[in-house]
Parts: sequence; C-alpha cells; structure tokens
Amino acid sequence: MAADSCSWFPALAVGVSLLKCFFISAYRSTDFEVHRNWLAITHSLPVSRWYYENASEWTLDYPPLFAWFEFGLSQVARRFDANMLQVEKLNYASPATVLFQRLSVIVTDVVFIYAARECCRCVREPKGSRDILSQPSFVLAVLLLWNFGLLLVDHIHFQYNGFLFGFLLLSVAKHLQSQHLQGALLFALLLNLKHIYLYVAPAYGVYLLRSYCFTQDNKDGSIRWSSFSLLRLLALGAIVTSVCALSFGPFIAMGQLPQVLSRLFPFKRGLCHAYWAPNIWALYNVLDKTLAVLGVRLKLLEEAELPLASMTGGLVQEFEHSVLPSVTPAVTLVCTLLSILPAAASIWLRPRGARGFLRCLLLCALGSFMFGWHVHEKAILIAILPLSILAVESREDAGIFLILTTTGHYSLFPLLFTPAELPMKVALMLMFSIFSFTALRKLHSAQGFLLHPLEVIYLLGLVAVAIACEVVFPLSPWQQRLPFLPLLVTSVYCAVGVCYAFLRLYASLLLRREDKPKLL
Amino acid sequence: MQTWSLVSICVLLAIIARWGVSLNSYSAGKPPMFGDYEAQRHWQEVTYNLPIQEYFNTTNNDLNYWGLDYPPLTAYHSWICAYAKTINPEWVELHKSRGYESTQHKLFMRTTLVADLLIYIPAVVLYCLYLTDGSSKKKVSVMFCFLLYPGLILIDYGHFYNGVSLGLALWGILALGLGWDVLGSMAFSLALNYKQMELYHALPFFCYLLGKCIKTGLMGRLFLLVRVGVTVLATFALCWLPFLAEPSQAMQVVRRIFPVARGLFEDKVANTWCSLNTLIKIRSILSGDSQLYLLACTLLAVLPSCIRLLTKPTFWHFKLALVNSSLAFFLFSFQVHEKSILLAAPACLLLNDLPLMALWFLQASTFMLPLFLKDGLLVPYIVTSLGFLFFSIYLLSALDHCSEDKLRLGAYNKLFYWVPKMDLAFIVRWKFYISIAAMVGLSIAAAVLVAPPHLPDLFPVLVSTTAFLHFLGTFIHFNVVQFSEPPSRKSQKKSN
Repeated sequence: MAADSCSWFPALAVGVSLLKCFFISAYRSTDFEVHRNWLAITHSLPVSRWYYENASEWTLDYPPLFAWFEFGLSQVARRFDANMLQVEKLNYASPATVLFQRLSVIVTDVVFIYAARECCRCVREPKGSRDILSQPSFVLAVLLLWNFGLLLVDHIHFQYNGFLFGFLLLSVAKHLQSQHLQGALLFALLLNLKHIYLYVAPAYGVYLLRSYCFTQDNKDGSIRWSSFSLLRLLALGAIVTSVCALSFGPFIAMGQLPQVLSRLFPFKRGLCHAYWAPNIWALYNVLDKTLAVLGVRLKLLEEAELPLASMTGGLVQEFEHSVLPSVTPAVTLVCTLLSILPAAASIWLRPRGARGFLRCLLLCALGSFMFGWHVHEKAILIAILPLSILAVESREDAGIFLILTTTGHYSLFPLLFTPAELPMKVALMLMFSIFSFTALRKLHSAQGFLLHPLEVIYLLGLVAVAIACEVVFPLSPWQQRLPFLPLLVTSVYCAVGVCYAFLRLYASLLLRREDKPKLL
Repeated sequence: MQTWSLVSICVLLAIIARWGVSLNSYSAGKPPMFGDYEAQRHWQEVTYNLPIQEYFNTTNNDLNYWGLDYPPLTAYHSWICAYAKTINPEWVELHKSRGYESTQHKLFMRTTLVADLLIYIPAVVLYCLYLTDGSSKKKVSVMFCFLLYPGLILIDYGHFYNGVSLGLALWGILALGLGWDVLGSMAFSLALNYKQMELYHALPFFCYLLGKCIKTGLMGRLFLLVRVGVTVLATFALCWLPFLAEPSQAMQVVRRIFPVARGLFEDKVANTWCSLNTLIKIRSILSGDSQLYLLACTLLAVLPSCIRLLTKPTFWHFKLALVNSSLAFFLFSFQVHEKSILLAAPACLLLNDLPLMALWFLQASTFMLPLFLKDGLLVPYIVTSLGFLFFSIYLLSALDHCSEDKLRLGAYNKLFYWVPKMDLAFIVRWKFYISIAAMVGLSIAAAVLVAPPHLPDLFPVLVSTTAFLHFLGTFIHFNVVQFSEPPSRKSQKKSN
C-alpha cells in the first residue's frame, strides 16, 4: 500500500472525525439539554450564581474547571445562535444549536486524538518489520480512536467523554514515559473537570507515593525507606493543591464550598440507575427478586410482607430489597474500598513499574464500577480504554479485553432505544467487534488462542440475547406486561461477563511476575 | 488482516454513511405537489390499490399528480414496498393519503433503501475483488472509495433507488467482465426495465457484445448472438407481460416513460444546452422538432467511442466506453435532469486504473450543490465529499500516478506534437488543485452568500457551468485515452 509509515495516524483521525459528522442529526439524549443549560448558566450568570441556579432540573454538577470549559465554549456559541445562551429557553434545540454542540464535541476530541497518539508511542513494538495492519500501534490507534463506546456515548447520546478521556490517557501515557509530574498535573486537571475519576485516584496515590517519592528500591523489590524524597512529595503536593486552588479557589473565597460539594455529590439517588449497570448489584437485585418469588411460591414468605416498590419499575429512587439485606451508600463504599485494597497493596509491596500502575488503575475503575453507588453503565469505558493499551501487548490481556469490551459495549445498547438508530448501533458494534477480534488475533497469533471455548460460547450467547431483546421482544406479547425485561436480561448477562473480566484481571495482577520493561 | 474482515468493515462503514445521511430530515416539499418522497409513496399507493393495467393510464389514477414515469420493474418494486399496508394502512390509502408524513413512515421509507444494499453493494464488492488488479489491500482500498462515492449516497437519499438500477447495471458489467455474456445481458435488461435512463449505457453493452460476436468464429458468432438476443427479448417480455395484452397499453407506457412534450432542459443542469443558453437563448431558438437534431448530436458524440469498442472489444475499452457514452448522452441529450450525471458512476470502475482522473471527475459529478441545498443536505455533502477526496487521494495515492504513462496520454503527444514538452505531471496536479479550490470556493459562496437581486440564479448558473466545463474536459480526456494504447500488463510497482 502506498501509505507510508507515519501517515496512517492522521488518516485514522480524519476518518473518524468525518464519521462523527454523520451523527449530527441522530438521536440526542437529555444530556444535550444539560450541556446547553450549562452553556447558558456560565454565559449569562455571574460566577456566584453558577452553583445556585436551578431554573432547570439539570443543575451544574461537575467541578468548576468544567464550568470554565463551558464558559469558553459559550463564547463561540454566541456566533452560532445567541438564543441558546438564555437560561429561560429550556429545551431549546435550533439546528444551529445542534450543529454547534455536536461540532464542539468533535473538535474537543482533538485532546483525545493527541492522547491516543502518545499512547501509541509508548507501545512496545515487536522485532521485525510488519505489515501496517498488524503493528501494535496501529491496532491500538484504531481501538482507541474508533472505540464504539465513545462514538455511541459522545456523538450520539451526547457527552464530552472524549475530551475527558484524553486527559486520562495522556496522563497514563506520561507515566508510561516516566514523566510523572506531567502525569500528576494532568490527572489533577482531570479530577477538577469531572470528579467521577476520584475512583481511580487511589491508584495514582499509591503508585506515585511508592514509585516516585521513594526513588530507589532494595534488590529484592521491597521498599527502601531511606530513599524517600521529600522534594518530590512536595512537588506533587504543590501541583495538586495549585490546580484545586485554581478550580475551587473562587468558590471558597465566596464561601460557597458546601453548596458546590452538595451539587457534586448528590446521594439521594438510588442504588441502581434507571438502566441497571451490569455490576454486582444487578446480580444482587435479581437474586433478591428470585428468592422473593421462590419464597412466595414455596409458602415461606407472605406476599403481603414484601415491599411494594419494584426495582424493575425503572425509577431512580431509594428502595428496599425484600429478602436479602438492603444496601446503603456506606455499604457500597466499604465494598468498593475492599475491592481495590488488594490491588493497591500489590503495587505498594511489589511495584511493577508503570504497567503495574495501569493494571491497578484498571482494577480501581472496575472495582468501583462493580460495587459503586448509582453507577452508570457509561463508566465501563473508564476500564475499557486503558485496557486497550495492555491488550495490544499481551495475549492474556487481549482475551480479557475482548470479553470486557464486547459485554461492556453491548450493555450500552439500551442507551439508544429509538428504532431509527438501531442500524447504526448494530453496524458500529459489528465493525468494532470484527476489527478487535481479527486484529488482536493476528497480533498474538504466535502464542495460541485468545479465548477459551467457554468464553466463545458466552459471547455467542450475547448475540442471541441481542437478537431476543432488540428484535423478538418488541414484537412479542410480553412487551406490555414486562417492559423492562430486556433491560434486566441485558444487564444481568453482561454483569456475568464484567465480573469474570474483573476476577481475571485481578488474577493477572496478583499472580503475574515482574513486568520487564523492554527498551523501546 | 484477512480480506473478509476488511471487506466487512468497509461495507459496514458504507452502510453507516448511507444511513447517517438518511437521518437528515426529508425536505417535505410543499403542497400541492410535495417532493420526490411523496412521489414514491404515491406509487406505492397506486400499485397496491389499482390493477396492473391501470398503473400507467388515467381512469382511477391521476397522472398529473406524480404519475408513474419509469418502466414496469419500478412499478413492481413499489408494489412490493406497498406491503407497508400491513404496518399501517393509512400510508397507502387510495386518494386519501396524499401528502402523508410521519416519523414512522420516514423510517419505513428509509428501510426500503435496503434494496440498494442488497443489489448495489454486493456488485461493488465482487467487482473489486475479482476484476481489479493489485494486492488485496489495494482491492479493498478501491472498494472503499467506490462505496464512498458521494454522488450516489446523496442523490439516493432524496431521489430513491438509483442504487437499484445502477446496481443491476453493475451486475451486468461484472458478468460481462467474467465472460458470462448471457447473465450480463439479462442483468442489464432488468436494469433497463427498472429505469429508462440506463439507455445511456445501452450502446456500450451492445457494441461490446457485437464486437465479441464479430471476433469469434462463424458458428460461435451465431450461437452467441442468438443466446444474447433471446435472453434480452425474454427478459423484456417477462417484465412487460401484463401490458402486452393490448398494444395501446404498451404504447401508453412508452409515452409515460419518454415524455417528449417537455422542454429542452429543466432547472440548471450542467450540460451543453443549458450552458449555451447563458450565452445564446437556445431554448427559444430550438422548437420541438429539433429533438432529431439533438439525437443526431448525441449519437455523433458517442460514435467514436463505440466504434473503437466494436473494433477492440476488451473489458478495458468497455469500461471507457461506458463512461464516454453516459457523458455524451448527459452533455447533448434532451430533457436531462441534474441527477443523470449519476449514470457516469461507471467512472468508479476506473478508480483502480486511472485514479486521479476518475476521482477528479467523480468529485465534479458530486458538485450539484443547488440540488443538495434544496434537499437540506449541506453538511452531508461537505462530509462525504471531504471523505471521498481524502481517502481516494490517500489510499490510492492518486497524486503520485500523474506521469504521462500512467495517465495513458500517449495520444496527446501525437495530437499536439508542436507543443513543447512540459512536465505533464506538474501541470495535471496543479490543474487538479485549482479545480478543487474552485469547487470549494463556489460551494462556500453558494451556501453562505446571497445572490444579488438582479441575478437571482447566479450561483446555480456558476455551479452548473463549472461542472459542465469539468464534464466536457473529462469527456474529451477519456475519448483520447480510449484511442491510446491499452495499459501494459507489466506489474505496477508494489510499495507497501
């Protein structure tokens, strides 16, 4: 092929950006109105009112740096359609507004594209010249740039995740390149853009403390207390506090910190989002329901004693479980911390360089996804994207990646429920799956099969579930009586896959020997 | 990576591109006539509710309101689509459903475009895999660019089912390329019975098959002639069966298909007569009888290419003749619609051999901006054109293959031997850049600026004249190429 070695990356980036333009007229979720409202709030109101404004139900619940980002966008929005910047104009969606918002997502994705390029530079290339399509950096570039989950969530459903993930991946890339201060700065910025990334902060904290502040290790890998560098610790602290000060400073000065925090951490929402994220609590809920039904059938329980509120009602509210103990936010917090503790301890006791940090980050993300309170299924992307880096380097990780990606991406299907978007999401998912399976198989072909037969059967079962939920169910008589059945089946089936991937990733972290970093 | 996975990824991307364009809101058109969308819906209404004999005549069927003006196969296709009645009878109720519109109906109409997928895309895939030279990656690149051709994507969105007729014609071309003459003629006859515009391609098919007949021995010649003749007649008979009972019915269908009562041209179309009209008011000079002169003009333009094909019936000449013939008909024929330039889509067949000229022409053929602005397709137009240009230049390295040999311009030297030798590649590249810049500039101007009041049609006229110049240039160029030596069979440099 005439394309030379360096030009494929711009071609991929241009291609995916043009593809994103095809979704401009597609379905938009309420997140579109959320961001339009934030544009209006930050543009029209003084800073002191930003976190108090509640004319719309979509109040500002991201940290201040993101509010400043929206303020910056609103300056450009003025030239498209100034009407969108008025707070009273709820649900305003003129063609110029739609065009502007969609284009803003596509343009801010340039951060993600830059981060993907940096990650591709960090990947270890095997010896020998290879066809472009079988190079790990090419495969990684496609897996990141053309990621189905990002296309679905950002460019159809509407959000700015590409921009945010750009910061995360760039920070990871900097750590892989041993530029830890830059990585820390980027992560601090990210935390102040969207605080959900607090979930992976323990990984950063432990890794930086252990591998950056202690400059040397003993010969057997254990910690050498004498090599502690106060200077480095202070540098890290300075970076983090200065970024937070920049972001929260104005609000602290105005005495609004409690209000801001209450907006950022609303705990009144229920255990599960309206569509259950495929995590442990989905399985827990189903178990509870099954036991309740069984108990009534076997006459062990009185039907009148069961609480009336049904979880499958799909409303976001607090509810109780009928048979198993109820779950409170505190319980989920404890479970999450317990789930990430072994990972953090592992990289403290046996640091394995930046790749060990990456594994710990993945496990923190997945652990919080599995056990967290009111988790949204979009959060699976925080685990899928960094895992792509490991997947192009190791066969075992590639197998885990395929399972996690396929189930995680499929669990995003209920986000787009309109019939007009069905062909799009199926075609995009097929495209990404075909590529990831064939490219990863070719990449690791020398080392045997990627997937165990049972895993293959599980994934094929996913296809059956998909056909049943998207095609068969809407045409069947149960559509009226049990409208949330396909959502339940989807999240339970995917929860199995996600849990399995979680356990396998843990096993690979705890049982793996040292990652020997090869010279690039 | 295996070829099948690359091919499926490209096909999926093509599907996403088409569906993505179709997500734009259909321009509803205004009462009392609404738009092409309403025409399709009306045909489903007519074919479902009325008996076959009444499809083309007036008793229960008001021919002035979007009467059927395509051959019978389109009618049968509408009839199949009219099984929409099972979903919602309101969509096709006779007389009452005029102007009907709803989101569900739009979704249904979009899904009927699956016919495009089933016929056009497999033909493209098979053509690129079996009838193009080069490594498998080159073949997939050609296929990708072929599928991305913006003209078809954008036109089919608003003007329906050109993909079906082009697809059938492509199957015909594919079959002829593989040597299956009978199947090829059958496919092309079906294409002709779907849309009469395929007549633009009829002469090359005819000359190619005739040429092959002449080249083979006496017995083989007769045998081939008989086989092809019988196939064509049988296919036509099958499609026209319900109308052959009475000769007057058949004549009525013909009258509907070839409306000779209309004018020289409609709107601003990029052919010779419309462009000449800006200088001398031809439309008023030529009367209805002048159609014969036009026909003569067209045939004269087509003649060189077809005679060359008759004498040398190779697949290479066949492809060139298809392009030349469709361009000749477009440029010189009667009552040509803007979207007929789509019939020059066979230029996609030349993407592998002459990437730069093919892509240049295809890009110019997409330059139908006024039509797209009317349909509300500005953003898809920009995105698909950019995508097509970028990927064709990148994947097919079109700008690298500009040398004299690659462009097959040996004949130019013989014609213009007195002109000093210049660096042809340099000139061609710069002409290409300037032309693209002109098209981009005009697109921006037409989309953003408002025409001055004393020249209300300024931008459509500028656009169509620019397009006309491109088409004329392409027509001359491909005719010259057809008279040059065919490409040498030496393997091209493989640069991986």
